[in-house]
Amino acid sequence: MSTETSIALEPKRESLFSKKNRKLLTDPLDDSNPITVQVLGICSALAITVQVQQAVIMSLAVLFVMIGGNVIVSMMRNIIPDRIRIIVQLVVIASLVIIVDEVLKAYSPDISEKLSVFVGLIITNCIIMGRLEAFALGNKPGPAMLDAVGNAMGYAWILLAVAFVREVLGSGAISFPGIGQVKFLPESWFMANGGFYENNNLMILPPMALITVGVIIWIQRSRNRSLIEEN
Amino acid sequence: MAFNKNSNGYTFLFAILMVVLVGAILAFTSLSLKPLQKANAAEKKMMNILGAIGVPSERGAVEAKFIDFVKERVSIDSEGRKVSSMSGAVNAADAADPFNIDVQKDFRSKAPASELNFPLFSCKKEGQDLFVVPVVGKGLWGPIWGYVALESDMETIYGAVFNHKTETPGLGAEIKEGFFQAPFKGKKISKVAPHFAVVKGGAPTTEYSVDGITGGTITSKGVGEMVDRTMAIYLKYFQSAPKAQK
Repeated sequence: MSTETSIALEPKRESLFSKKNRKLLTDPLDDSNPITVQVLGICSALAITVQVQQAVIMSLAVLFVMIGGNVIVSMMRNIIPDRIRIIVQLVVIASLVIIVDEVLKAYSPDISEKLSVFVGLIITNCIIMGRLEAFALGNKPGPAMLDAVGNAMGYAWILLAVAFVREVLGSGAISFPGIGQVKFLPESWFMANGGFYENNNLMILPPMALITVGVIIWIQRSRNRSLIEEN
Repeated sequence: MAFNKNSNGYTFLFAILMVVLVGAILAFTSLSLKPLQKANAAEKKMMNILGAIGVPSERGAVEAKFIDFVKERVSIDSEGRKVSSMSGAVNAADAADPFNIDVQKDFRSKAPASELNFPLFSCKKEGQDLFVVPVVGKGLWGPIWGYVALESDMETIYGAVFNHKTETPGLGAEIKEGFFQAPFKGKKISKVAPHFAVVKGGAPTTEYSVDGITGGTITSKGVGEMVDRTMAIYLKYFQSAPKAQK
């Protein structure tokens, strides 16, 4: 959490979409991206990026938990005893996650089955705890919500980008919730049917997620020189 | 703030209130969503049973198909005697319906087999009688379960599906994949113990065993153990049931 943006409480009232607050939304997309810059939430970026549809669902779940967690903790920031604040944050996150899990089980059981382990992993998703501790505890609910949306989006686009690359190269298909997996290459192209193309099974395996994230970090830093640390 | 939010008393009060409140919210969510979740679980079970006899099905349209293929639901006791039998629509509220026997719960309860009833689903597909037996057991990390379908001779395996809760992805978790399940087809359940086995990945197999998963030995053995143990009970029923009756 080297680049966390702890902003002190402003005495005077400012609009929710002031220039400073807009930065809360846009910064995590690039300059302080939770995955590529703060290197948080890597675990789920590796685990759940085999298919785009899983990444979409995971992103939505994280968005929900993040907004809920940030707003609730921000509203309670003045009454949370300092000594048990981490426990309170955990309780808030864990309850939200359990609710997400129960709702998925009831309304979308197939996705719930696929996500089973990962839904539990949201609880330990470092991005959520990190934002609660670094931002929500010191800011009003409005900015805290923007911060949550910003960070969840920053997380989501990396997740989707990685999932897109892995699914296209690894399965020769693209999937989306509600539509399912669509194979866009003609079957006759594949080697099994006498063609010339073969899916790269390596892309399905977790190490390629790490390498894909690495490539994204590389591209991002070559575009945005200010992110490069000086030794 | 008029009060000291860092005093011991306040900290305790806050913690207690928080726990009570959060507990109430979660209990409410869980209770209000339970009927939907139960219906989903029942649908999944029907899909699994149909999967074992090689009938593809999807959520929403599974119940009609289930009634179509599964002609009779029987429950037997550990000595192989028929306890009850039902056919037609599944009644989720009727505890006597063999469909509602929770074999996983029975397995966890560690009650002696003599106190339990075991469900058997007798199906008809393309004129052939098939018997689907639910199996439950232990993997490396948690429960594993599945459905094994037998042909009308009551010893040849027609098909099998397996699933797991928390097996290692890429190793034990592969039991739910087709490449592991496909070799079960055509294998036989032996009349004498051991009735069935899953052997170490790559080892030679016999008529009564299939190849396990390399690196997933404990899960594979768990699959073999649960099929073997469950079949020992159902064999008593199969041997006493006159084949012509089906």
